[in-house]
Amino acid sequence: MSMLEVRDLGKTFAAGGMFRAIGKDKRAVDAVSFKLDAGETLAIVGESGSGKSTIARLAMRLLEASDGEIFWAGEDVSSMTGSALRSRRSHIQMVFQDPFASLNPRMKIWESVAEGLRVHQPEMPRNQRRQKAAETLALCGLDDSGLDRYPHQFSGGQRQRIGIARALIVEPKVLVLDEPVSALDVSVQAQVLNLMKEIQLAKGLAYLFISHDLSVIRHVADRISVMFAGQIVEQGEAVTVFAHPRHPYTRALLDARPIDHPGDRTEVALNGDIGEGMADSGCAYQPRCPFASDACAGFDGQLNEQGYACLHPLDQ
Amino acid sequence: MLEIHDLSLTVPIQGQPVEAVSGVSIALAAGSVMGLVGESGCGKSLTAQAILRLGEHQGIDKTSGDILLDGHSIFAMDDEALRNIRGGKVSMVFQEPMTALNPVFSIGSQICEVIQLHLKLDKKQAQARAIELLQDVGLQDAGQVLKQYPDALSGGMRQRVLIAMAMSADPDYIIADEPTTALDVSVQKRIIALLRGLQQKRNLGVLLVTHDFGLVAEMCEDVAVMYAGQIVESGPVADIFEHPAHPYTRALMACRPEVSEAGESLAVISGQVPSPGQWPTGCHFAPRCPLADQACEAGIAVDAWASGNHLVRCIHVDSVSEDTGI
Repeated sequence: MSMLEVRDLGKTFAAGGMFRAIGKDKRAVDAVSFKLDAGETLAIVGESGSGKSTIARLAMRLLEASDGEIFWAGEDVSSMTGSALRSRRSHIQMVFQDPFASLNPRMKIWESVAEGLRVHQPEMPRNQRRQKAAETLALCGLDDSGLDRYPHQFSGGQRQRIGIARALIVEPKVLVLDEPVSALDVSVQAQVLNLMKEIQLAKGLAYLFISHDLSVIRHVADRISVMFAGQIVEQGEAVTVFAHPRHPYTRALLDARPIDHPGDRTEVALNGDIGEGMADSGCAYQPRCPFASDACAGFDGQLNEQGYACLHPLDQ
Repeated sequence: MLEIHDLSLTVPIQGQPVEAVSGVSIALAAGSVMGLVGESGCGKSLTAQAILRLGEHQGIDKTSGDILLDGHSIFAMDDEALRNIRGGKVSMVFQEPMTALNPVFSIGSQICEVIQLHLKLDKKQAQARAIELLQDVGLQDAGQVLKQYPDALSGGMRQRVLIAMAMSADPDYIIADEPTTALDVSVQKRIIALLRGLQQKRNLGVLLVTHDFGLVAEMCEDVAVMYAGQIVESGPVADIFEHPAHPYTRALMACRPEVSEAGESLAVISGQVPSPGQWPTGCHFAPRCPLADQACEAGIAVDAWASGNHLVRCIHVDSVSEDTGI
């Protein structure tokens, strides 16, 4: 049984406000399906605006899907509301990119961490909540000297540990990690990534890991979904996708990674901002794709059996 | 030549001046690219901004040293001379292209303002120059871009506009402070290509401030690594990538996910960078360094030659090797 599954998930944001009359609806996520098992990490990679954070929020039921189904531990929660939904929320928790913005500056650390318990275990007395917060923080590598401090007294890496503790305290089965290390320095990033791996192994957690950083993804992911313009354009085992990308967009993303060594420098190519855009119909990647043909304009963008959505795939 | 000699700066913390940059010396030759690398809070942006004496009104004071631009001290300049240098001989490109552009003025008026400030051109000539600059940075539809406002442009386009503005008075030096950090990977690569292209075409000296060794590998000829207010290692980029000699440089390179096997634990540096005011006596890196001993905590490490023009600030430089694993 999958800990998290979404089927044909879609989200359309309606044009609103004073531009309602002239605006166009925005299809942010289109026909996205994936499964996530216990102990597994699925990474969603894509650029700003590709819809990866929207997927996270849909999967958590923080945002209402326009269509599709969502299952938590096999249970259909797509249309669940109110207390029924609330009672199941401890199943899936989220860690945000900017831990400072997601912690209340006026709450002591232990209170922030224990906040979820007040919702999910309202009968638990205060001293037990504090005790549990201390234990969870210890699991995340923070000793209890910080319990009564405030967020501004912690460094970025420590705050991210607090953010993780806050998600873990209600004992979820799935963690959604939205760019969890993007705001951290590389040395601190390594500490936090190692910590997340340890916790995953210890607790058998499923991770939905959202990032634009391919180096980090290569390191953490078992499977990977590459998103472009709201659709998954390639999906598969991380090792395979990194070694043999089939979709030209995946190839382009991999090629855009910074080099490891000055010896790997290539010739300077000045080619301007050509094709930052995306097509409205057919394959959205057409304007940027070196292999685009007339047929691509009529392509429905569906993933095939081999896990890519492209009429002109790259050789294996 | 842009030379920083033994520069020390203090920042006000709770009203008290606290040293944040300590005895930094680097030299950027005309037409070369140097990377200034380090983690947040190590003083690299403060150092870079001091070149244009930015931040003086925020209470950042120089306590020692000097910065020489082609032999002339920046600190000896009066306001007018300084104004001519800023954006004229030395320009800056900042990290956040949205906050660096004013949202209520069109791109055209913002570029033309800079052009007219530095070059004696009328409005029409300034516009023509602006279009030329925008085409130079790869914005094909330059005439259209001039009329637009910052919010209509993508992050990559905004960064190109800022680079065009920095180029407007044909400077000799560019200080680029994390110029690609806020951008998507594919856009990053193109901005790097643009900067490299302009650098070669105009023979610019570039000081690239970054935390990203990948960017250094892409662009720089020389690199200086900063830790807690000091330069701990500097030299030609190939030397430092092949034979990093300071334990901090080695540790920083080793904890990049790029260099580890997928799924393996990443190398880490335990602890965190000490804040200004909390630097240890002796070597600043000693409390986190696996090689540290009493001598490190007591003595102040001075620069030693690792080889050629490769400098290292570590008394254990001879014991750092492949097999110590750091």
